[in-house]
Order: sequence, then C-alpha cells, then structure tokens
Amino acid sequence: MQKERMYLLDHLWDCQNARGYLSDEDVVQVSSAFGLSPVDVEGVISFYHFFQRKPAGKYTIYLNNSILSRFHGFEEVKAAFERETGALTGSTDQTGTFGLFETSCIGLSDREPAALINFQPFTNLTPEKVHYIIQELKSGTAPAALADAIEEQVQYKPEGDKAILFREFEPGIVLNRLRDFSPDQVIAQIKESGLSGRGGAFFPTGLKWELCRKAKGRKKYIVCNADEGEPGTFKDRALLNLMPQLLLEGMIVAGYAVGAQEGIIYLRAEYTWLLPKLNEELKIYRKKGFLRHRIPELNNYKFDIRVQLGAGAYICGEETSLLESLEGKRGEPRLKTFFPTEKGFLGKPTVVNNVETLCAAARILELGVERFEKLGTPSSTGTKLLSIAGDCKRPGLYEIEWGMRVGELLEMCGAENPGFIQMSGPSGELISAEEKDRVISCDDIRCGGSVMIFHAGRDLFTILYNFSAFFTHESCGLCTPCRAGNPQLLHLLEKVIRGQATAGDVSKMQQWSAIVKHNSRCGLGQTAPNTLEQAIHKFPQLFQDRLVQEDRFNQEFDLEKALRNYNQLTHEA
Amino acid sequence: MKHSRKEVTIVVDGKKMVCPEGESLLKVAQANGVFIPALCYFDHVDPPLGTCRVCTVKVKGKYTAGCQVKAQEGLEVEVMSPELLDHRKAVVEMLFTEGNHICPLCEKSGKCVLQALGYEMGMDTPRFTFTFPGREIDYKPKHIIMEHHRCIQCKRCVEEVFTDDGKPVFYFQQRGKETVVAVDYEQEARLTYEQAHRAMEICPVGTILLKEDTIDTPGYRKYDKMPISAVSPAVEATLAAPRTESAPEVKKKTVATVSLAGCFGCHMSMLDMDLNLLDLIQLVTFNRSPFTDIKQFTTRCDIGLIEGGCCSDENVEVLRKFRENCEILVSVGACAINGNLPALRNWMPLEQTMEEAYLQSATSDETAVIPHHEDLPKILDKVYPCHEVVKIDYFIPGCPPGADHIYKVVQNLLFGTKFNVPYEEFKYD
Ligand SMILES: Cc1cc2nc3c(=O)[nH]c(=O)nc-3n(C[C@H](O)[C@H](O)[C@H](O)COP(=O)(O)O)c2cc1C
Ligand code: SF4
Ligand code: SF4
Ligand code: SF4
Ligand code: FES
Repeated sequence: MQKERMYLLDHLWDCQNARGYLSDEDVVQVSSAFGLSPVDVEGVISFYHFFQRKPAGKYTIYLNNSILSRFHGFEEVKAAFERETGALTGSTDQTGTFGLFETSCIGLSDREPAALINFQPFTNLTPEKVHYIIQELKSGTAPAALADAIEEQVQYKPEGDKAILFREFEPGIVLNRLRDFSPDQVIAQIKESGLSGRGGAFFPTGLKWELCRKAKGRKKYIVCNADEGEPGTFKDRALLNLMPQLLLEGMIVAGYAVGAQEGIIYLRAEYTWLLPKLNEELKIYRKKGFLRHRIPELNNYKFDIRVQLGAGAYICGEETSLLESLEGKRGEPRLKTFFPTEKGFLGKPTVVNNVETLCAAARILELGVERFEKLGTPSSTGTKLLSIAGDCKRPGLYEIEWGMRVGELLEMCGAENPGFIQMSGPSGELISAEEKDRVISCDDIRCGGSVMIFHAGRDLFTILYNFSAFFTHESCGLCTPCRAGNPQLLHLLEKVIRGQATAGDVSKMQQWSAIVKHNSRCGLGQTAPNTLEQAIHKFPQLFQDRLVQEDRFNQEFDLEKALRNYNQLTHEA
Repeated sequence: MKHSRKEVTIVVDGKKMVCPEGESLLKVAQANGVFIPALCYFDHVDPPLGTCRVCTVKVKGKYTAGCQVKAQEGLEVEVMSPELLDHRKAVVEMLFTEGNHICPLCEKSGKCVLQALGYEMGMDTPRFTFTFPGREIDYKPKHIIMEHHRCIQCKRCVEEVFTDDGKPVFYFQQRGKETVVAVDYEQEARLTYEQAHRAMEICPVGTILLKEDTIDTPGYRKYDKMPISAVSPAVEATLAAPRTESAPEVKKKTVATVSLAGCFGCHMSMLDMDLNLLDLIQLVTFNRSPFTDIKQFTTRCDIGLIEGGCCSDENVEVLRKFRENCEILVSVGACAINGNLPALRNWMPLEQTMEEAYLQSATSDETAVIPHHEDLPKILDKVYPCHEVVKIDYFIPGCPPGADHIYKVVQNLLFGTKFNVPYEEFKYD
C-alpha cells in the first residue's frame, strides 16, 4: 500500500539512521513506497540540511557555528575535531568513520561551544575534551554513553509562589481541572488571561483557539511548534526537558477547546536527544487513558499526540513552513491567504502554538486566570521565559514577569561589562548597554526568549557577519529579496570587515536592508536585516572607524589576488 | 453556480477604480492604466505564487505583494510612489545580478519579461554586485534544454506544467540561493510537443528552451518597440528620466575612448553616428582613442568612454589611467557594465578556460602551453565589470548601444542638455 506523504520525513530518517546517509537506492525505494517522483523526493531531501546524500561518517558530528559558539572557542574546537578525526569540515575522513559538519544554533547556547554527534549533545567543548571524545569513540564507546546530560539551570523565577511555569507539576492535574469546563469556557479563560503566543509573534492565544473552534470542518489539529530555531534560545528545550507532561496536557487542553482529534509536536532534529523522553511520556499518558482513549469525564473526548522530527531548517519554525514540512514537503512558507486556523495541516483547521504558549495555557487552567493575569503589565500578562547566554556569570533560564527592565535583567544574570545585547535573536533587536531602562513587554521589547549578552570588547562586525551569514544560509529561496538580497548585504559586510567600504557602502546597506525587509514574502526576510539596521543606527562610530575615504578607485578590487590563478597556472606550466 | 459579482470601488494612488469584488489588483490597475510589474503572477492560479516580489505595493501603509491583493470596497493602494518604484526596480535588479543574464546571446531576448521590466524601469546603473554563479545547462531532457543561468526561481514551471495524467515535470531542489529547478526526465519525455512548447512560453525568462523549435518566429520581438506597460498607455514609462547637468559651457571638450575586453562593436557604433559625428567633431577633440591612434594621454580629458570589461592586468592598468585622466567616466555597452560575453568564463575556473583554449583546442598538440611572457598581459581570475575596478559615473547599456543613444548621452554629459532615450534605443542586446 502506498504510504501517505506526511510520513515522508520519518521514512527518510529511518533510512538515514540505518545507513548513515541516504543512498541512491534509498531514494528509489522511498519514492516508490510513497508513489512520488524521485526528483520530488530529492527536492525534499536537499531542503533539509541534516539529510545527507553522501556517506557522512559512522559518527556524524555537527558543530554549532552560532555567534556564541564563535566567541567561546569555535575555531579551536573545530581545529581539534579536524585534527582528531582526520575529517575536514564538510566531509568525512578517509575511512568514513567521522563526518564533520557545521550547523546553525543547536539550542545549547548556555554551554557553547557545543556539537551533536549522532544527534547526542556534547557541550562546553575544548580541544582536550574533543581529544577525549574522539579517542573514546574510536575505542568503541557509543556516543549516547559519552554525551553530556543536559541539566537545566533555572536561574530565576518570580519570588514567592508567583512562578507560572517553573513550579512543581503534578501530572494529570490540568486534566482534572479540565473536567469543570466546557470547551467554550476554556477558550473564555484563555482569552481572559491575556495569554499571547510565546513563539515570537504574540498573537492572542484565546482568539486563535476560538477561530479554530469556529472554523468549519470535523477534523482539526493541534500543532506544537518545538522547532526553536532562533539562535540563542533554549527555553522550549528546558520545558521539554523538565516538564514534558505539562506540554502534553497543554495540547490536550487546546485540543479539547477547539475540538481537535490529533496533536503533533514538531520537534527540531537538533533535539532528537529529547525524543525518547517525549515518547516515554506519551506512552505513559496513553496508558493512563489520557491519550488515545475516550475520557468519560470530558464528554468522551479522545485525543492523541505524535512527534514529528524536523530535519534541519530554521524556516520550518515559521508556522506555515512547519505545516508544509509536516505534510512531507519542502518547508516553503505559504502565502498568508488563510490563517492555519482556517486551512492548516492538510488543509484542515489547525492551531499552531509554541511550546511555552501551550505550557502556559495548561498552567492557566491549573492555577486559575487570576494568578496569571495579575502578573506582568496590563498589555503583557503573565510571565515570560528567557534563555540568557553569552558574556554573563549566570547563563540559563529566567522566568520573568513581563515589565522587567533591561538593567535588572543584566544585573541578575551577572552580565560582564555588557556592550551589546541581542534581544529575541538575530531577527530581533540589538540594544546597547545604555538602554538599561527599556522594558521587556509587548509595549517595548517583545522578547521571544533569546537574550545574548556580548561584553564591550566583542567585535560588533563579527556578530553582524554571523547573523547575516545565518540568514543567507537559512533563506528558503522562494522569494527574490531574501534569497538574492541577503547575500548582497553579506557581501557589503565583508567589505566593511576588510576595511574596503566607504560611507556610500553603509548607506547602501541601509537602503538594501529596507528593500529586503519590505519586499520579502515571510518573516525571515522581513526581519533578517533588523540587527544590521539597528547597528548602523546605534553605533555609527564603529562603522565610521572601519571605513575608507570615497575615491575614484574601488578599494575592493585586488589586482594581485585577481592574478593569483593565472600566475599559479603559468608557473606550473 | 455563477452569479455576477458585486461592483466595488477601490482607490489606487488617489484614483478611483470600479471593478468586481475580489478581482486581482494587478488586473484592475492594468485595466485602468496603472502598470504593476509581475513575473510569477498567473491569472488563473489562486492563491498566487507570490515568489518574485517585483509587484510590491502599499495597502494601508503596509508593504505587500500586489498580486496578492484582491479588490474590496474602500481598498486604498499606493503604487507609483518613488519609494515603491525604486523597491520594485531593486528586486528586478537583484534577479539580473543573481543569475547570469547575457542578453545578447539569449534566445528569449526581446520577448523576455525580466528584460522588458529592466527597460520599463530604466535599469541602467548596476546597483548590486554581479555574482556570476556557477550554474550548468541541462541538455538531458527530451524536448527541452534548461538554461539554468537565467532561471529566476519563479516556480511557474513547477506549479503549471503537467503531463496528461497530471504528473508534475519540474521540481525545486536545494534551498536558498542554491535553489534550482530539476526536471523529471521520465515525465518530461511524456510531454507532447504542445505541452513542452507551453512550458517554454510560461517561463518568463530564457531558461526553458525547446530543442525542436526556436522560441518564436525569428525577428519577432515582443518588447522591442513597445514597453511591457504599453497595454496601459496612461502609464508614463519610468524609463530613463531626463538628466540635467550643470549649465552648458561652449568650450571645446576633450574626449578619450578605449576598448578593453570588448569586441570593438561599441566603437563601431560610435562611428555609426553618421552626420552627428561631424557635429560632435565641432564640439570635441579626441585625445587618447583608437579613433586618433593616440596611445597615451597628452592632456586631461572631460570624458572617457570605456568599452569592455577588465579581463587582464593590462585592462586594469588602462582603466585606472582613464580614471586618473578623465573627469567623467562612462561605461559604454554591456561588456563594460556586466562583463557580458567575455564573462561567459566567469562561472568556470580559469584553469578550465585556459586549458580549453590553449591545450585542448583543435589545433593544439602536445607542445602546447598556456602562453605567458613578461610582455603579454596576464589574465584575471574572471572578467570584472569596470565599476568594480574604478568608479564609473554613467552607464550606457546595449550590445552595442545605438549610435544615437551614445550621442545623446555624450552630448548631454558634455553640455548639460536634457534628453530622453526613446524606448526603442534602450536595449540590453
Ligand atoms: C522565520 C521564522 C521562524 C520562526 N521560528 C519559530 C520557532 O522556532 N518556534 C516558534 O514557536 N515559533 C516560531 N516562529 C513563529 C511562528 O510562525 C508562529 O508565530 C508561532 O509558532 C505561533 O505560536 P504562538 O502563537 O504560540 O507563539 C517563527 C517565525 C518565523 C517567521
Ligand atoms: S523571505 Fe522569502 S526566501 Fe526568505 S525564507 Fe521567507 S519565503 Fe523564503
Ligand atoms: S533576455 Fe535572456 S539573458 Fe536577458 S534577462 Fe531575459 S532571460 Fe536573462
Ligand atoms: S525555469 Fe523558468 S518558469 Fe521555471 S522557475 Fe525558472 S524562470 Fe521560472
Ligand atoms: S507577481 Fe507578485 S510576487 Fe510575483
């Protein structure tokens, strides 16, 4: 029987896990099992960077190249990996034992440099540690046995009993509370609480659920966005790691409220190491009768949840790309003609919510609207999870009340002589240490969760270049301004870094940033130039210091370099 | 069930337009004489593809793709503001620099929508850096050739070309700037001639080419005489806005010209000015130029006309001399502007080019070497557009640009006269 396309990614993972990569035969076999053209399947495979079409080593190493990794020893660690494994980055060693690749942020920013080896986490890497790991692997120790345990550092929560998320959780308690409410009452409570989406767009959650409840159709879905791809963030990881039950109950609540039968957790492949834990909990929940069985106390409501593993694409955090990916396709964002609540997964009404949103919703039922609503500010109620990392004494997780000042936050985390603070990741906002009085709330800094702290000695241009390279790499390529514009911005940044840019180049960067932002199809392109724009605006002197005088010759053109090939060629000849 | 749609009034740039509710903004605007460019838009595809983004407009102050906007009562749209005109032009320019568009040797030239938009928007000055990506041409399909250098990833073929039994033929592969259209050879072979022909037609550029047939009747060039906006005659072509220079001075001016990595065609075109040349001679003296055979600058010049890009160290040296000795430098012709035909080697390693030319040519034997001698120019790793080597003040597109076109620009630059390049004279080939 022909397999359904939505299981394509799973099937590709199975093949890759069996062999270490996807061979030509795999592609042929998968294509015929799904009744798809091999060209189509190749299109899917090549969209996701964790799918390998060539042998990628018995041990496949993905070293994070995010900015925090770079500032904490990336180059030395990369060199150590190359030395110890004999593999050059981007390939395998000659024996095919090790494959070494770079990858975007893997959600371990509080312990960089970090890498995944066969998707197991290895953190706080140093050349010595790399030496040890590779020796052990060579002597036959399994990666899972060597991997680091990820213990979550909860550094702060509101004092007293005010914490919403980081408090003891008794599995089943939310489902007990759910018995007292009809679906409409659940929605009313979520609306009343003022909860808004924690994935970065802050859409009112109650309204989203209501739209989905009202949407026509018998089949509906709850999708949990656990793609957490914004560099610097790891707050969803912490929730999945510490209290997966809370998330499952949040999904059941959402399902019950909108009348959905199925929930899907879209888990980024970088978090594969969390998969056994999630599957274990799902098993327990099914055993307890909370999932896959009718729940008599809830009007015989029946719901089930499965986990879909992603395969390496930042864009799949964007909700419509995520839906495409769930359907077994390339993760290209849809046009916003319909809300997913109207036409989502497989064209059916779907709620897509972030992990934290669903967890918070569960807590609202558990603790009551009032406890939640009292916290924060009138426009932003409740608490927000922040993941703080970089140049600070206490990296880790902070559950703050909305309304906290940046200064307080910096003090709390022990920021060391901060120079630049990146709020909400590369697509968010760059602020200077002077902006201490800015407030974290929907009225000022709407922080999605990522907070990266850079001390004053850090080079701004290294940061900007890293971000720009990230967006260039992660652009899905569907629309012109983002696909072609981001590389142009990257090129100008290179020029600045090489000390060949003029004031004219900086004003070009400003104009081109606006062009990319205003003409791109989805949130990725629309936010990609944010940090660059703000940097030019807030730190003009730093740019000034790097510029050369405008003259009638283009400084970038390097005759010697342009002749290098020819000279080599004719010397050899 | 078909019932007539409600009439609504929308406002475009302050102008009221009446149309059926739900009608595409692109169509309504077009019918009312406002041209909104489009590359990926298809009338019958809903929701639209929305990939090219050359159609950006503003609705309630928010930027949005024009092809996505549907007519609703009270809809207000901004289309022709200078900012939006510039943004749309920029996106078109990005497409030119992202791929390898050598119009003079393109089968689609004259009928290409991308090219026509370049004309429409007066794209004459390169803004972005040419990337010269290393792409390949796919000759394997049965009916068609895929000239990937020209693909703009608009996704039309992916969404619109099917076999009789509904099987797609084209798919996207890779992502980001690596995105490429791949052909399912098996299905492609099952296309009828008509279907393959249609694939070629719906491709807005010259990527999908038929093996069995050329693009169209030779000589038929849809956009050569009439701008793409011509269906909406009320639109003022934004093309080549008149340029004004400072007050005219009636002193005799000095001009220098040179042909770098070009074919001398642009110089031939200059000679082609006929009687205008006589006029020009009254007004200017030529200094360093093949016309005079003066090999070194003997005086500072007002204007330098550069044909060709830089393919060798000698070209670079000469160009730099020109920059030092001329007030104004003009890139004349496609080779100076984007490398053009000589830049066909830019997407291969120099080694491959040199071996092909000197070691593996039909006349080379085992004694053949790659020529090198201290008296010979050294070859650069790629052909550089002139403005990447020195600052260039003006650009005259064309391969070659028409004599009249060159004359007008030169006259204007020297004497500050106003001019307009007529549509027929503004060409990339
Ligand atoms: C490029 C891009 C990446 C995104 N990545 C994520 C992500 O990793 N996790 C997430 O929850 N939301 C992400 N979002 C936001 C989602 O599109 C969507 O708004 C969110 O999942 C909705 O859930 P919420 O309302 O609970 O926040 C991303 C958006 C964009 C444009
Ligand atoms: S902005 Fe365009 S190219 Fe970039 S990710 Fe979104 S759809 Fe893809
Ligand atoms: S005519 Fe050919 S080369 Fe020129 S823009 Fe069109 S597709 Fe590109
Ligand atoms: S081949 Fe033509 S139709 Fe297909 S995506 Fe490229 S430009 Fe568009
Ligand atoms: S025509 Fe609107 S995006 Fe292409």
